Amino acid sequence: MSKPYVSWARYPYNSQQGMDLQWRTDVLPAVPSVLPQGNARSYGDSCMNHGGLVASTRFLRRFISFDPDTGLLQCEAGVQLADILNLVEPQGWFLPVTPGTKFVTVGGAIGNDVHGKNHHLEGSFGNHVTRFELLRTDGTRRVCSATENPDWFFATIGGLGLTGLITWAELQLKKVPNSAINLETIKYQDLAAFFALSEESESTHEYTAAWIDCLAAREKIGRGHFLRGNHARVTQPKPAAGKLKLGMPIDPPLSLVNSLSLRAFNALYYNRLMQERTSATVHYDPFFYPLDFVHDWNRMYGPKGFLQYQCVVPNEVSYDAIKEMLQRIAMANAGSFLVVLKVFGDVPSRGMLSFPRPGATLALDFPYQGNRTMQLFDQLDDVVVQAGGAIYPAKDAHMKAEHFRMFYPKHDSFKQFKDPGISSSFWRRVMEDNA
Amino acid sequence: MKNWIIVGATSAIAESVARLWAAKGYKLFLVARNEDKLADIAQDLKVRGADAVECFALDVNAFERHQECFDTALKSLGRIDGILIAHGTLPDQKACETSFNVARAEIETNALSVISLCTLAANHFEQQRSGDIAVISSVAGDRGRQSNYVYGAAKGMVSIFLQGLRNRLAPVGVHVTTIKPGFVDTPMTASFDKGGPLWASADQVAAGIVNAIDKRRNVVYLPWFWWIIMNIIRHIPEFIFKKMKL
Repeated sequence: MSKPYVSWARYPYNSQQGMDLQWRTDVLPAVPSVLPQGNARSYGDSCMNHGGLVASTRFLRRFISFDPDTGLLQCEAGVQLADILNLVEPQGWFLPVTPGTKFVTVGGAIGNDVHGKNHHLEGSFGNHVTRFELLRTDGTRRVCSATENPDWFFATIGGLGLTGLITWAELQLKKVPNSAINLETIKYQDLAAFFALSEESESTHEYTAAWIDCLAAREKIGRGHFLRGNHARVTQPKPAAGKLKLGMPIDPPLSLVNSLSLRAFNALYYNRLMQERTSATVHYDPFFYPLDFVHDWNRMYGPKGFLQYQCVVPNEVSYDAIKEMLQRIAMANAGSFLVVLKVFGDVPSRGMLSFPRPGATLALDFPYQGNRTMQLFDQLDDVVVQAGGAIYPAKDAHMKAEHFRMFYPKHDSFKQFKDPGISSSFWRRVMEDNA
Repeated sequence: MKNWIIVGATSAIAESVARLWAAKGYKLFLVARNEDKLADIAQDLKVRGADAVECFALDVNAFERHQECFDTALKSLGRIDGILIAHGTLPDQKACETSFNVARAEIETNALSVISLCTLAANHFEQQRSGDIAVISSVAGDRGRQSNYVYGAAKGMVSIFLQGLRNRLAPVGVHVTTIKPGFVDTPMTASFDKGGPLWASADQVAAGIVNAIDKRRNVVYLPWFWWIIMNIIRHIPEFIFKKMKL
């Protein structure tokens, strides 16, 4: 078992003191600084409170009600998306929005206002939350919705756990004819082709995203596989979920991800597709959660951990900005295992500090290599800032304070909703100058 | 679809087992001290597919109420297929050393209450000529160690009692499963520094319990590698063992 309470990328901190809430009626501990935490799947330090305590909801994992006629689900904050799928998928319902892992909690999904491959149609997770209860360190409880305590509702969606601990939440699920996905994979040649495919698929496909070969250079830059899919028809047979599960039971002494393995992986992965287009009906698991298949895959990066970089840049400049970033990464020969590119839609995010906004979003991960990694991140930041984009706190361990304040202009009005007894390593880094 | 009693239903391992059984449509009778906590769990199990869930608030140290509890379960379930006994406390060893009263209370909770409940169940199942008794003991009951020998003694008593019970009931087709978990990441073990290969989640252990009961295993270590660890620990000669810090 990995250490509990430590964030997914295991950087910048590899230890964390924590306590567990077991019942909805439990209160937050009386300590100077605490931070609500779900399953610790945020990558960097937004779910960490180094030097303080985290209050984990991992044992708050009970359902409260589910109506199979309306698809309204009420559950405790520590229920994981996997739990929800196990319960509702056989009854014809599905998650309205899901990120790339199903091992996140409902509370975490709200606190980070997570997004998925259908952002262009459904917006982010917060768009499907109807109500929740917010517990503060002073012991007060508020039921929040778009009409009841709306300020608290919009501050808490995407609020990184800083407004209080969500004890339970209510979600509106989505009825689907079939949980399987009719998937089309298109091998495309360059970045311009990505944007053309994205635009063409927006109205025809519910789910879109691309994997990018980040080591392709020059005219091939941005080449990759474009994935687009819709739920299968009710009459189509459901493919079985893969039974084989892999794991990383130990920590390798050094990162298995290096420039050699990356070069091999990216080249093999890109050329895996022989034809330009393939179509298949696939189980929802490999489509939405390809990495969940390797349990504890974060350990592959060794004891130093790794960093994620996810940004969004506005549509007007997205082609040039993404191209520039990919060039800088290729020049640094840094490379990344799974580079994902997706165009967000214009469904407004509800949270004051929500990350999703119209534009193209690029996500990459890098083994931590000290200054070298930080210098590359600085170079990428320059592009994001110039483009008027933003960086995603849930993935971040590096963003500069001045940049956070620029990317999230409502940070000042957010402060009035922050619980004075709650803090995080991330918050101190970007909002408290003396940290 | 079966009808089971779960004693200590608010413990993390028992709750995980109950979730697995709920998904299979079992009818469950939950026993624990706290009514409100039982209600939260019952609600969850119903959503997860349990055929029916009834709750009974009982402090297991109220031995005189055990019969009432069992009778109520029988009335509510109609027929009882099995009983899982999962309650327990993790004693403060130092407090047990300074006060015999603390030690006795711990032994009553962790051993005598289990023996009382098992006696009721065994007699009922013997007449019914079918049934399963599954009890969560512990690897701590395999050998006395200075760090928690009062808990170990209680669990050891449970393990040996179950051995005898299994022997007695085998001819009539009633099965007894002794479950010995190692380190499990639950609220009961909150004071430990967790992480590392020896720690398992309650869900992992619960899956092992359900499997052991289905397969009518006699004694099961969870996860399995504790069988190796405890075999080694049990075979260290006493003259060496007494000098070790375990």
